[in-house]
Amino acid sequence: MTDISGQVPGLSASGRRSEDKAWWEEFPWWGTIIALVMVGMAIKIFVDEDYDEAWSRIWPGVWLTITTTLYAFGIAFGLGLLAGIGQISHNVFAHNISRAYVELIRGIPILPLIFTVALVIVPDLTRSMGLANSVPTKWRAIIALSLIYGAYMAEIFRGGIQSVPPGQMEAGRSLGLSQRQTMRSVVIPQAMRAIIPPLGNDFIAILKDTSLLSVLGVLELTRNARQFSASSFKFRETYFTLTFIYLVLVIGLSLLLGQVEKIMTKDRKGQR
Amino acid sequence: MTAMIQLVGLEKTFAKTIKAVQGVDLSIAQGEVVVIIGPSGSGKSTILRCMNLLEVPSVGDVYIEGQNLVDKATDLDLVRAEVGMVFQQFNLFPHLTVMQNITLAQVKVRGRSQAEAEAMGMQQLERVGIPEKAESYPRQLSGGQQQRVAIARSLAMEPKVMLFDEPTSALDPEMIKEVLDVMLQLASAGMTMVVVTHEMGFARAAADRVVFVDEGRIIEEGTPEQIFNHAQHARTKDFFDKILHH
Ligand SMILES: Nc1ncnc2c1ncn2[C@@H]1O[C@H](COP(=O)(O)OP(=O)(O)OP(=O)(O)O)[C@@H](O)[C@H]1O
Ligand SMILES: [Mg+2]
Repeated sequence: MTDISGQVPGLSASGRRSEDKAWWEEFPWWGTIIALVMVGMAIKIFVDEDYDEAWSRIWPGVWLTITTTLYAFGIAFGLGLLAGIGQISHNVFAHNISRAYVELIRGIPILPLIFTVALVIVPDLTRSMGLANSVPTKWRAIIALSLIYGAYMAEIFRGGIQSVPPGQMEAGRSLGLSQRQTMRSVVIPQAMRAIIPPLGNDFIAILKDTSLLSVLGVLELTRNARQFSASSFKFRETYFTLTFIYLVLVIGLSLLLGQVEKIMTKDRKGQR
Repeated sequence: MTAMIQLVGLEKTFAKTIKAVQGVDLSIAQGEVVVIIGPSGSGKSTILRCMNLLEVPSVGDVYIEGQNLVDKATDLDLVRAEVGMVFQQFNLFPHLTVMQNITLAQVKVRGRSQAEAEAMGMQQLERVGIPEKAESYPRQLSGGQQQRVAIARSLAMEPKVMLFDEPTSALDPEMIKEVLDVMLQLASAGMTMVVVTHEMGFARAAADRVVFVDEGRIIEEGTPEQIFNHAQHARTKDFFDKILHH
């Protein structure tokens, strides 16, 4: 059988056709490259004896890096949710306070903010509250990161909530549900769809930004590395090892968050 | 007897300048079916949305069974549970199944047990003719089915009044009838209904009273026969001329 152009269908050798791509066109080579780089680094670090000391001096900081990340993420999440809802609230006080907080924080680079919060604002506050003991450095650092990322997350929550059509709130209210009930049962579950991916990004960003806390003397990975390299002058070993550890942490966290995202979006299959 | 719904001197101004409703008085008795018609932008939706205070009036009062909704002492959530509303865009909750859509407010507002709420939900789904869709998600349903679920969701609260804002305007023509049939059945069961619609056939069949609105005012009202066949005002005749010659 022939088609109109006189060609035998399916046998045309050239021409534009929508065909399945070959496997090597779709294969995630980039992931392979990253894996190879990491394996190479691992071999270098664990086989070469020059790296032993660097590793044993830096690695103990990993727990402080991880706990700082978790605490900061948790507190920032709570702050962000409050300030995000506050920004769209009709309550004049809540609206203006939230807006001022978010705009102030977002208008200042992270490093100056960390210094200001940890070295000026927190000590001033404890002194004005009449507390004799100063807040431990680790907690000053966590407070600083939480305040910063709370403002970033507020924008994520606000955007997520505003992505839900207003008709959803109206339908809830018209059934007699209160504003709060409708928020909790109708709007926020739908907003989560838009919120989870960028929230995951901020989780990773917090992990990376804990390295900035080394300026405060928090004994996390980067601080350990700086101390070791300053005394030993083994810059290559130090920073190679440090980079490797962050790479493992960040990639591990991304993979984990990818799974979380998959699960959270799967049992919401009824969504648009 | 107190009216089921009473609007007194209702005015609504948007953004300080847009006079959507300018002085509406309307009293609706229990069991009455009132159809509101009028040109686009004439304020039909705004009037309807003031009846459950989704839109807060600028001036005037809104009474449901003698309770003034404008009064700060009135518990709005309690009154709204008695006033069902069906929207043009259905507004089903997309993350919940049909049954979950119907049980949510029953449990949270009416304080029913999950089992009671589901039994009531099933009863209402049968009434609108789609009991087999209980476990589906809204997006798996056709528009007509979604709107019938929205009606069932409101009915499950056992409201005293049902408000409809152009319930068939977002539907494909072949689905309009299935929704209107449910509404007709509801009207003959004695439900108090206020319906904004362009479906003149429905108005003729079900309305006790037709209210013609233009530029935020009630121009005239009467039985379907009076309004459709013997309109007094030029604006009303004009409106019919326009919609009939399209
Ligand atoms: N939230 C709002 N903000 C500003 N203006 C509004 C708002 N809602 C309605 N309006 C305006 O008020 C007027 C009446 O609108 P309304 O929606 O009540 O008309 P309608 O008769 O329902 O029209 P349609 O047939 O198009 O639905 C219109 O001019 C509209 O633009
Ligand atoms: Mg309208």
